[in-house]
Amino acid sequence: MPDGALPVLDVKDLKTVFRTRGGQVHAVNSVSFHLHPGELLGVVGESGSGKSVTMMSLIGLLPSPPANVSGGQILFDGHDLRTASDETLRKIRGARIGFIFQDPMTSLNPVFNVGFQLMEPLRKHMGLSKAGARDRAVELLELVGIPDARSRLRDYPHQFSGGMRQRVMIAIALACDPKVLIADEPTTALDVTIQAQIIELVKELREKLGMAIVWITHDLGVIAGIADRVMVMYGGQVVEQAPARELFANPQHPYTRALLKTVPKVHGAREPKLNVIEGQPPILMAAPSACSFRDRCAHAFARCGTENPQRRPVGANGHDVACFWDAATQGEADA
Amino acid sequence: MLNYTIRRLVLAVPTLLFISLIIFSLLKLAPGNPLGDLPLTIPPEVREKMREALGVNKPLLVQYLLWLKEFFVVEPLHLIDVIFGTHYSAGMQRIISWQTRSPVFDIIAQRIPQTLWVVGLAYVVGVLIALPIGILSAYKQYSVFDQTGTFAAMLGLAVPPFFSGVLMILIFSVYLNWFPAIYNTNLNVDSWHNFWLQIRQMVMPVLVLAIQTTSQISRYLRSSMLDNLSQDYVRTARAKGMSESRVVLIHVLRNSMIPVITVIALGVPSVFGGAIVTEQIFLVNGIGQLLITAIYANDLPMVQTITFIFAVLIVLFNLVADLLYGVLDPRIRYD
Repeated sequence: MPDGALPVLDVKDLKTVFRTRGGQVHAVNSVSFHLHPGELLGVVGESGSGKSVTMMSLIGLLPSPPANVSGGQILFDGHDLRTASDETLRKIRGARIGFIFQDPMTSLNPVFNVGFQLMEPLRKHMGLSKAGARDRAVELLELVGIPDARSRLRDYPHQFSGGMRQRVMIAIALACDPKVLIADEPTTALDVTIQAQIIELVKELREKLGMAIVWITHDLGVIAGIADRVMVMYGGQVVEQAPARELFANPQHPYTRALLKTVPKVHGAREPKLNVIEGQPPILMAAPSACSFRDRCAHAFARCGTENPQRRPVGANGHDVACFWDAATQGEADA
Repeated sequence: MLNYTIRRLVLAVPTLLFISLIIFSLLKLAPGNPLGDLPLTIPPEVREKMREALGVNKPLLVQYLLWLKEFFVVEPLHLIDVIFGTHYSAGMQRIISWQTRSPVFDIIAQRIPQTLWVVGLAYVVGVLIALPIGILSAYKQYSVFDQTGTFAAMLGLAVPPFFSGVLMILIFSVYLNWFPAIYNTNLNVDSWHNFWLQIRQMVMPVLVLAIQTTSQISRYLRSSMLDNLSQDYVRTARAKGMSESRVVLIHVLRNSMIPVITVIALGVPSVFGGAIVTEQIFLVNGIGQLLITAIYANDLPMVQTITFIFAVLIVLFNLVADLLYGVLDPRIRYD
């Protein structure tokens, strides 16, 4: 559970721009957040909101010619990861920051057995011998709940099911005992029962190992089940950030409120139409000078078209929102 | 895998028999005069007796069956005799060339080393040069290196050996006088000086042949690498903190080489066939040149035997390519 005042990861004003043939796409626009040791931060947003790009920018996983992490600071372990050398980044990736990707079916190399892929970071970052790495690999597979671990080390990825492959990915990400684990929609490609298993597994591992976790998802149900704090992203910006309970009890941003309304209710009469948020998320060809959500917002007024709202605190619970509208007064918030 | 191999080998036998029948029929249908190269002073009755002795006038089926027996029974026995000093084939009729009236396999055994030296080495050199070119072209796609490589490969594939060979002779032998234009077939490599001479006379034919192989293999490898460089597992490898050289040369290359190795394996028989033109230009006394002269002389047993050997090599290397694919790609299992 969250403890310690000093954040283990502190991101300030991160900006990432993609250079494309049609112009520059501003995928991440001044995103700031921090992560405390042992805490699980959920990141929610539609496809195209910039969630994955933000996280991949942290450790430089975006291909550099089109992508450019152009501004801000990524403070981790005494380094600014944005300006750190390739060598420093490589030492941190896999060892201090673990990353889990979305599609377990394609994230593992098909021609090497699972043991090889698991032992790679162990031998490189922790300097273990082959036998030592193999023992640790067996421990890791057992930790993530794969039965018959020692003989499974010799198996290839195609001999595992989707859920098992994701467990292997988790084992790889945790191999060198990282301080931070970034999980980019790890259960989106899996069926619901396996999803529940993986979520339980990650919660267990957090209890045991105490690392901080960033969990990206577009599923609010998952957030409710696992997150300590939640960050809602839209148009490459953080539009709302709050402790999980607080967000569900008292959503401030029109986007968050609309998102919560889109979840169909299990109890009660079935509604004839699903609630949707009309429109498409924007592709920003310039840094936003107005609110990116105003075209789809139920409460937009004139100011939303001329200024980009900055994050302001709401209440006393570490809740902030980037919006000119005030949910309590149902009108414009005081400047 | 063993089952599969045995099954393929067993199926290869009727295939090869059928091929040999086709070759034989085609050659018999072609017009020609088997002993036409003999001086005109030989009286026609003697000529006729010679033709009888060589079996030219026997019925087609008998000629074919005799050849089959000689190829599959007598020659192997003779080989065993040569190796082990036994006398199993003493007194048996071997395949006799109509040109030289001496056993075909003796001549082939004399010529094979030349071909292997020049053509075999060319293939190895071609493949070794193609590997770094293919890898670098894919890694730095659209760079100057890649564009040059693409253009060079296109030229290499488009320009036939009889043109490039003659061009090289013109430049390197006639103008620059760096290398000999005529292959000295009597060169006995028994001293360092002679070894160096042998190397010098092999350079041009090896280069001419290697150009074709390099162009083809480097394109294949480039295309295969490009496919693999954008795969998810590459991103996972980078996220584990692996060095870029390890990611490209171990993770990506291992996957990319699978189709390329099968192309290389399939190209080996063509090493022998493709040498035909090059051996003519550089006057290397190898198998290709033997085949050409035998065709001109209507030497049926020689042509039959050599083309059948090519057929055996092609069928064999097809099988090798399939087996290699199964060995290298763990997802493919034949049983």
